[in-house]
Amino acid sequence: MNPEDRYYSTEHEWVLANEDKTLYIGITEYAQEELGDLVFVEMPTVGTVVESMGKLGEVESVKSVSDIYCPISGKVIEINQEAVQSPEIINEDPYGKGWLVRLDPSNPEDLNQLMSASEYETFLESLGH
Amino acid sequence: MDISVPGRIGIALPPLDVPEQPLPDAGKLREELSLPEVSQGEVIRYFTNLSQLNFSVDTNYYPLGSCTMKYNPKINNELASLPGFTEIHPLQDIETTQGALELMYDLQNLLANIVGMEHAGLSTVAGAHGELTGMLMIRAYHDSKKDYRRSIVLVPDSAHGTNPASAAMAGYTVMSIPSDKNGNMDIEILKSHCTEETAGIMLTLPNTLGLFDPNIVEICNYVHECGGLVYGDGANMNALLGRAHMSTIGFDVLHLNLHKTFSTPHGGGGPGAGPVLCNDRLASFLPTPIIAKNNDLYSLETPSASIGKIGGFHGNFGILVRAYAYIRSMGKQGMLDISENAVINANYILARLKDDYYLPYDRNCMHEVIFSAKPQRSKGVRALDIAKRLIDYGIHPPTMYFPLIVEEALMIEPTESESKDTLDYFISVMQEIAQEVESNPQILKDAPHNTPNTRLDEAKAARQPNLRW
Repeated sequence: MNPEDRYYSTEHEWVLANEDKTLYIGITEYAQEELGDLVFVEMPTVGTVVESMGKLGEVESVKSVSDIYCPISGKVIEINQEAVQSPEIINEDPYGKGWLVRLDPSNPEDLNQLMSASEYETFLESLGH
Repeated sequence: MDISVPGRIGIALPPLDVPEQPLPDAGKLREELSLPEVSQGEVIRYFTNLSQLNFSVDTNYYPLGSCTMKYNPKINNELASLPGFTEIHPLQDIETTQGALELMYDLQNLLANIVGMEHAGLSTVAGAHGELTGMLMIRAYHDSKKDYRRSIVLVPDSAHGTNPASAAMAGYTVMSIPSDKNGNMDIEILKSHCTEETAGIMLTLPNTLGLFDPNIVEICNYVHECGGLVYGDGANMNALLGRAHMSTIGFDVLHLNLHKTFSTPHGGGGPGAGPVLCNDRLASFLPTPIIAKNNDLYSLETPSASIGKIGGFHGNFGILVRAYAYIRSMGKQGMLDISENAVINANYILARLKDDYYLPYDRNCMHEVIFSAKPQRSKGVRALDIAKRLIDYGIHPPTMYFPLIVEEALMIEPTESESKDTLDYFISVMQEIAQEVESNPQILKDAPHNTPNTRLDEAKAARQPNLRW
């Protein structure tokens, strides 16, 4: 169920590399399911430099408020305004329309430290799912 | 109001017997405020029916974890309504309010004795207000030592969300300390994070998993050795009333929720009271006023290094009267009975339901028990659905999805004031619901069925809040 064209973090974010080396970042199906219906998303401003596993933003659901971590260091170059305006699209389409930010990575090779789709699924099973 | 009928009146005024006068500012009358036209009988029925839609601790069982929804004796409301308490003003000359001040002075001492702290201040008006006050006192203490490096407050990952928020509001950086597999604080990780930058730690005892951390003394000692102070969140003090000497355990400052532990009315936004208690080390930093007694005269005093005023006047006085009446009517043995029965009741529920719901920490609990609906989730039913289904059986939902470290958490606090019959009814309903998860999960998904409003769209309510009608 998790697309194989991207990378995954242990904090349940995904990273998709574009041809121009920029990265799309979002949260996984598991993350949106665990969070429940999202009602508010807080994103960094464009130009923010984020460290690997630094705080990228915040999502608030009917259950709780959670931090989103940046799986890879870089500079934020675009925010998905549609997701900020209508957080439900993150629940509905976490791997597509519900992407969160586009990032210009400082070390693109760091991608290799993240998990593949099959590794992520093994990781989820180890959590008891 | 849709029962309004043009021309209908609630009160027939006598004929006008003075000259008619035009309103001085008739243009300021707001056209949109069309006041309903109803008879007295109709308006009484309207509001009485509305009040009957309330789900309250006076109508139904309310096992809302961590909120200690115990019975609030009505006599305490009556005592707080005595004219000697209601007809005075905080700006009166204190020689004319000696009785009220005596009550507050005695309450300071009673609360301090019951939990084993040395000093108390009563002016804080909520639990989180007490937390912030305690953290500001810790900050003032370090500042008084010119120890400005201490910028970090340690908070366990099971803590109430108000703890990190209060620490942050007091200007601190929060560091989360994980729990170990038994539900206690991970001591090794705590030790690795205790440094000369540690301002203090915020602990709840028993913790929010309803568990008494057996390492509590070691934790307090370690933080003290590093120069930090220990803050106690009194949310769960119902488990320890009259049984734990918090200052000896190692707590420097602690708040109590009178609206939980001491049976003052709870919910609906207050008013609450969150008195702050402390040891000798922090006494001079307490917020003003503190009630003092000199030569049989009670007075309002400001401690020498006080953090200042934290709220209006002396706190929520009417609530203090209720708590005082509760403590005096229960007496010392009553305090011991409260904590004993609160803990026995929770363990009774634990033992009777552990085969039906997953118990993430399989050990005796204190005043509340946390189950997980993880097995039910594999059938497509979530903790939320179980909570909603309880409403159909006339039981208020428990706290859900908290603590955050327990998946699909259901946090059940029976309190001491429920009978075994009520607990048995709750247990039988929970067992029935566990059966329904197997036989008819849809009935849980659609619950509640019998309330004026059924399943609410909570996400829409949060995304597009409509705060007026």
